[in-house]
Amino acid sequence: MEEKDNLITVNIDGQDLQVPPGTNMVEAAAMLGKEIPHYCYHPKLTIAGNCRMCLVEMGMPGKDRATGEPMLNEDGTPKVMWMPGPAIGCGTKAAPGMHIKTDSPKAIESREAVTEFLLLNHPLDCPICDQAGECTLQEFSSSHGRGYSRFIEEKNVKPKRTRLGPRVTLDDERCVLCSRCIRFCDEVAGDSVLGFTDRGSYSTLTCFPGKELANNYSLNTVDICPVGALTSTDFRFKMRVWFLKETNSIDLETSVGANTVVSAREGKVYRVKPRRNDEVNDTWMTDSGRELYKTIESEDRLLECSIGGVPASAQDAIAEASSVLQGGGVAIVGSGRNSVEEQYALKAIAKSTNASAVYLVARYGEDDGILMSVDRNPNVRGALMTGLIDALPEEQLSGLGAKIDSGEVTTVLSSQEDLLAAGLSEEQLGKVSIVYLGTHRNGTSERAKVVLAGLTSFEKSGTVINQQFRIQKYSRVVPGPGGAIEDLYALAMIQANLSGESFASTVGSIWKEIGAEGTPLAGIAFQSLSDQGQLLDSSAFDHIPFKEGKSLHFEPKQEAVAAE
Amino acid sequence: MAVHPKEQRLILKYADEPGYTTDIECYEKHGGYEMLKKAVGMDKQAICDEVKASQLRGRGGAGFPAGVKWSFVDRKSGKPVYMVCNCDESEPGTFKDRQIVHKDPHQLIEGIMISCFATDCAKAFIYIREEMPKGAEILNQAIKEAKEKNFVGDNILGSGYSCDIVVHRGAAAYICGEETGLIESLEGKRANPRIKPPYFPAALGLYMCPTIVNNVETLCNVKHILEMGAEAYTKIGRPNNTGTRIWCVSGGVQRPGYYEVAGITLGELIYDICGGPKEGRTIKAIIPGGSSMKILKNGERYTGKDRDGNEYDWGIEDIPLDYDGIAAAGSMSGSGGMMVLDDSVEIPVALANLMAFYSHESCGQCTPCREGSLWLKKITTRMVHGEARPEDVDLMKSVADQIEGRTICAFGFAVAWPVQSYLAKFEDEFRDFAQRHSKLGGDRTAAKELACNH
Repeated sequence: MEEKDNLITVNIDGQDLQVPPGTNMVEAAAMLGKEIPHYCYHPKLTIAGNCRMCLVEMGMPGKDRATGEPMLNEDGTPKVMWMPGPAIGCGTKAAPGMHIKTDSPKAIESREAVTEFLLLNHPLDCPICDQAGECTLQEFSSSHGRGYSRFIEEKNVKPKRTRLGPRVTLDDERCVLCSRCIRFCDEVAGDSVLGFTDRGSYSTLTCFPGKELANNYSLNTVDICPVGALTSTDFRFKMRVWFLKETNSIDLETSVGANTVVSAREGKVYRVKPRRNDEVNDTWMTDSGRELYKTIESEDRLLECSIGGVPASAQDAIAEASSVLQGGGVAIVGSGRNSVEEQYALKAIAKSTNASAVYLVARYGEDDGILMSVDRNPNVRGALMTGLIDALPEEQLSGLGAKIDSGEVTTVLSSQEDLLAAGLSEEQLGKVSIVYLGTHRNGTSERAKVVLAGLTSFEKSGTVINQQFRIQKYSRVVPGPGGAIEDLYALAMIQANLSGESFASTVGSIWKEIGAEGTPLAGIAFQSLSDQGQLLDSSAFDHIPFKEGKSLHFEPKQEAVAAE
Repeated sequence: MAVHPKEQRLILKYADEPGYTTDIECYEKHGGYEMLKKAVGMDKQAICDEVKASQLRGRGGAGFPAGVKWSFVDRKSGKPVYMVCNCDESEPGTFKDRQIVHKDPHQLIEGIMISCFATDCAKAFIYIREEMPKGAEILNQAIKEAKEKNFVGDNILGSGYSCDIVVHRGAAAYICGEETGLIESLEGKRANPRIKPPYFPAALGLYMCPTIVNNVETLCNVKHILEMGAEAYTKIGRPNNTGTRIWCVSGGVQRPGYYEVAGITLGELIYDICGGPKEGRTIKAIIPGGSSMKILKNGERYTGKDRDGNEYDWGIEDIPLDYDGIAAAGSMSGSGGMMVLDDSVEIPVALANLMAFYSHESCGQCTPCREGSLWLKKITTRMVHGEARPEDVDLMKSVADQIEGRTICAFGFAVAWPVQSYLAKFEDEFRDFAQRHSKLGGDRTAAKELACNH
């Protein structure tokens, strides 16, 4: 095979393969669909090389010591000089002519040996272990173990439930000492709190004295733990993982839009974990984002629609909302938490009602430089791209307050936003008829003429556009409460009533309009959108002074920074 | 202690002389620092060439040629180069560096400074094992004295070259003596050895800078090479095994101790110098170079062909006492810690003792060493406490084979080699031992206590 560009040709189990410089042998083998088993290696962390599970045979083309000429076999092919001992795949970087054997007797025997060693002092408590079913040690013991034990001695005893921090509990007997969690804290979270104490097989993972694993990324250590040593205190002993059904979703707590996978069983969400996206969040997400599922069943959840505080059917509530909005003097308060589809429908309603103004409520918080951006709304850019708004929103709705005071606005449609929290007074709210579409009770829902009980992002599908102008989709994980109605459906019905024309009411159908030719979102469709999202042309918004700073895979545009 | 006539003292020439002290005046009176004065007037490369030509090999264990090691240092990075003197002497049976540090510290300092000057090191560190507090004190005092006389510090002897020496006390673990573990420890971290590649000290050593790590005895030799010239130095000992070596003999001999010799046989050391076995005992086996090296059995014939194609047929006493001689007999001269086991020693018990040590000292970083060493300890402890099984012999061999060559550092060999060699040489004794000590179903409490509580 010829060398192309700066690619390096290596040979894995007799197959030539071209890889970029710096590629390690675990990744190279994966390109050929071969799994070199490993515990300590993680693509987003530095190489530790300590588990020794990825041992392979390695050889390089021989060179004559005296002449420096390549040594050749009888058939003229380069003679490969195999190393006497096995080498770790993760720490072996591609070099021209490198040969690797992943399935030779020596490589297989090395893996069997490491597997035997790892199981010596492992408690084998799979029946009560949360990791069972998604445990690397379990899987590799089955695929790379000998299937019998030669160990008759007593196993080491270690602490079974150490609290490392508010959200992470350590079962030390299960730990294979791969050091992934330590490296994660050092290298990604920037919070060095973990280390090993003691020596040899008695080594113990622990927090530094006086410290705890409390950073907002602590649960990533649970994700990357290849065994059941680090467990989520929240998820611990709640559910066997093989019963869980997984659905791809997006973390909607900030404009980063970390990719997630949500696990649920029989209509109940049990956990949220990060999903790998090398352009957005790598394999990480925040602890706070994992908690969001708890809003589904929170006490203040709106379980049914109502008119004038009296429970009503969704149909009646939609009809009443439509007639309220037909009264004129309408202002729309949309949300940066709405999906692109909802924002598109809100824009249509604003047009039909001839709304005097459309607002969004800005939410800003501390930037942590990793996956928590300043903008705590996940989809302000969606509102910009759908044309719902044309400038960055304010945190306070003082403009709307003035319009209410002047009598210009008499009706407010709020989607997901509490107007009191956004700076309006009770008195101002008393002056207007409110249609509230939201998921949870608040000051606005209590004062609303019509309340439409909506769905959380776990109960509906949609798209959001993150700080990079990457459009990403989330899908329904669980059904919503019986009395609730999907936000997009409610908005579509209202718009149909207002305009007298039908309006697309599902994420599937509405993209025929949103993604129509000539529009900023042309060519996009919910169904065909990749799970990794799609980067959009954001040049039309270069002048907007977005507030996000640098984070994991995001650099603010220079113009925007300068404008600020 | 009287010097035995068969000894050839170079490094320890004055160490045991009555009245010889550790202060700088005494050292200078004995010709000290003359070579440093000479060195700073020399071309740096010329010193390196001289060391290379002397064929000086590392005295720490691996026996790698020191001059070649120096030449590997990455000069292109633009980073400072560091010199680290490995004084962690922690291989059981070895106590030679201790003599140098305690009795002749200025010799080491002079050796370090010449080496640093030759290799243009920015700073030198002496990593001294925690259990030598007095040694650290002596070294610090000696460095202070040397600084006052401008042998260490800024603009050494007006040469324009500056280099300081820092004494760092070790973290009290065997693994701190492993080159890269030592570097980690010196950086203030847990002494987990680094993976190689990419962390070869010559390129990415201390603080990720090029680093030379040399043993105490090796660095002392540099002074003498400069003094007598490489050619004269190579005449000591055999080709490729030049210079003297300090052997630390312990165990079943009449006169255990440290002996600096060159060009003699194992038999001359054990029988002539050390007086042979104790009264009424016979020598059963010898561990030649520190406890991790493969054992040599007395009564066995060691045959083969040397480099020049000459056949040899040695008894244990005929083995030439140097790197190549012991390597030809199937072991290594290691750190020079020679342990003599007489017929009072039961080999399985000796192995259990050693496994207790190595399982305790495994850093725990990589799986085969961490788990394998403790398993071997548990098996051997079980054996010596009456719960041996016939299959244990094969099991131990298999476990050792599963460790050897699969670990991050050479500690894996240190665990595996004793097991493999003891079993290979004394298999019958192990099988017989297993037979005699097999009381299955007996009270396991004692064995459990010993094997599992640490």
